[in-house]
Amino acid sequence: MSVQEQQQASEQDQTQEQAQAQSRTENKPESLVQIRDLYKKFNISGDFLDQLKFQGGKIVREQEFVHAINGVNLDVHKGEALCVVGESGCGKSTVARTVMGLLNPSRGSISYRGERIDNLDDKALMPYRKKMQMIFQNPYASLNPRMTIGQTLMEPVKLHNPTWSALEIRDKVHEVMFSVGIDPSWGERFAHEFSGGQRQRISIARALAVDPEFIVADEPISALDVSIQAQVLNLMMDAQEKRNLTYLFITHDLAVVEHFGTRVAVMYLGSLCELAPTKALFAKPRHPYTQALLSAIPRLEDDRPSHIKLQGEVPTPVNLPSGCVFHGRCPYVNDRCKKEIPQLIATDDGGQVACHAVEEGRL
Amino acid sequence: MTTQNTTSDLPEKAPSAWQRFKDTHVWHSFVKDRVAQLSFTIFMGYVLMALFAPAIAPFDPYDPTQIDIMNSELPPSWNEDEGDPQFWLGTDAQGRDLWSTILYGTRISLTIGICAVLLQATIGIIIGLIAGYRGGRVDSILMRFADVQLSFSTMMVAIVVLAVFQASFGTELYQELAMIMLVLVIGIAEWPQYARTIRASVLAEKKKEYVDAARVMGLGQVRIMFRHILPNTLSPILVISTVQVANAIISEASLSFLGLGMPVSQPSLGSLISSGFEYIFSGAWWITVIPGVVLVVLVLVMNLLGDWLRDVLNPKLYKG
Repeated sequence: MSVQEQQQASEQDQTQEQAQAQSRTENKPESLVQIRDLYKKFNISGDFLDQLKFQGGKIVREQEFVHAINGVNLDVHKGEALCVVGESGCGKSTVARTVMGLLNPSRGSISYRGERIDNLDDKALMPYRKKMQMIFQNPYASLNPRMTIGQTLMEPVKLHNPTWSALEIRDKVHEVMFSVGIDPSWGERFAHEFSGGQRQRISIARALAVDPEFIVADEPISALDVSIQAQVLNLMMDAQEKRNLTYLFITHDLAVVEHFGTRVAVMYLGSLCELAPTKALFAKPRHPYTQALLSAIPRLEDDRPSHIKLQGEVPTPVNLPSGCVFHGRCPYVNDRCKKEIPQLIATDDGGQVACHAVEEGRL
Repeated sequence: MTTQNTTSDLPEKAPSAWQRFKDTHVWHSFVKDRVAQLSFTIFMGYVLMALFAPAIAPFDPYDPTQIDIMNSELPPSWNEDEGDPQFWLGTDAQGRDLWSTILYGTRISLTIGICAVLLQATIGIIIGLIAGYRGGRVDSILMRFADVQLSFSTMMVAIVVLAVFQASFGTELYQELAMIMLVLVIGIAEWPQYARTIRASVLAEKKKEYVDAARVMGLGQVRIMFRHILPNTLSPILVISTVQVANAIISEASLSFLGLGMPVSQPSLGSLISSGFEYIFSGAWWITVIPGVVLVVLVLVMNLLGDWLRDVLNPKLYKG
């Protein structure tokens, strides 16, 4: 079966699922994860001695920060696949890692079912670790090379189910291995004996082993061959259906988003530009950046050069532009955009967009 | 595609540890490298000599009843005028059989070398892991500590500590505890070597996603450090260990030569060399030269093995 056929086939499933998910969210949009006013900055000025500078006859301390996330508000609804897209360096992976507690937010909060989790210590986090798992980008680095995959998969099961017997643990490991299409008898092998796609399946199995309800996937297929990408994506969708999973899916591949996502969040330079149901976003992008991004998707019937060409480069996240972070490249810019940071406003098709031009009806 | 593989590979069993080892790059390069094979053979010879010294040695050099002062300074037995066929490498100034004494001395030297390195490795690995994994202020403090320690030469620290110990607690107690003291001093003086190496590898490993995966899983810091990161930093540990054992043996020999090491009643290779040094001008060259050659060869093969291991385990030199 060719990749396109596979994609088409599962696209149909997906539309049905989307319809279901949408009807569910319309009835009662139960929010699983709440990201509120999240900021994350990284200090890049080295240690204390490196920060001291000699200026105008005085020694001053100077610190520089990379502003990776600037005030992101996001809700992940139960049962959906929320895709976060954006170009390299826009902070999407930082959002994923902050949600999982791998990074501490500089400001703002992360909550899981209303309980704040970003300020908990390791012990208090344990019940959430069982519910939230992560799939990583690079299948060549995300499995410990000195452990057999059996050991890799057994570890989380043992840790989170301390009362289980050896037999129960083994059964659970076999069950998840089987469900991702890896033969359970391969458990004695090491990660380097597998291909990239197989390793990513093992990675998914590790995340599924503790029966989570929420999975953060940080570009899980971008390191894989295109033919394998579809397989892994379908595997993740199957798992979502069978195990009632909710995904926060980080990607830069818009074709994947169209195929996989329930809703899409578009990020630019650490800020959220637009958040909308997948269909609405692809049918009618509101934010000028989303419009440019979508116009850049190469299409087979692409005989007219309709790409929106943005001027200039992405500004450095060290010195953020004032006002709207996109104002330097936006074709609809005015004075207000340069001064005032736009807030998310609801649109008529169920999405949210952060743009003064849309708010003022100029666009 | 994957599912098909699954069924076709099903009867194949996972290879045993020995078969896996035979497939490794280490084994292949060992088979090709004559120097490594020779060094390894000689080193194993030393280890066997040390292990079975009581069985191999014709005399027990620690047993005063087997020592006759009348046999002192006999040359090796191939020297037909004066040599005694009983003592094929001759005897030392106390009349001990040199061959037996060398066997026992190798045993002491190797024991001190290995124990000192175990101590170094334990301290160094723990400190290096913590510094590398925790980073930040903990890292700065621990590494400055290591820098200070490194700015004293090992020999200087050892001489000061041992001399003070000998002066304050008397020679008799010192001779009883000589071996433990040597292990402690050499072990503690050289831990920064390990700590720095481990820290560097930990910094590289900690960025890899399997560590993040372990954290997301909820594993404790100690478990991540020792179960996940440490096994992946073993290759540099192995390499410096061979070199460090050789260094520790040299340090011990130097200290013994200066009279701060093993007592004459329990000679290591270094103290044998030292004790023979007084007689070298009276023509008894063998008491110094033969243990000296034994020591040089031991250190040489260990360094050659270390070099080989470093070349094999360094991924930048890896050529498939």
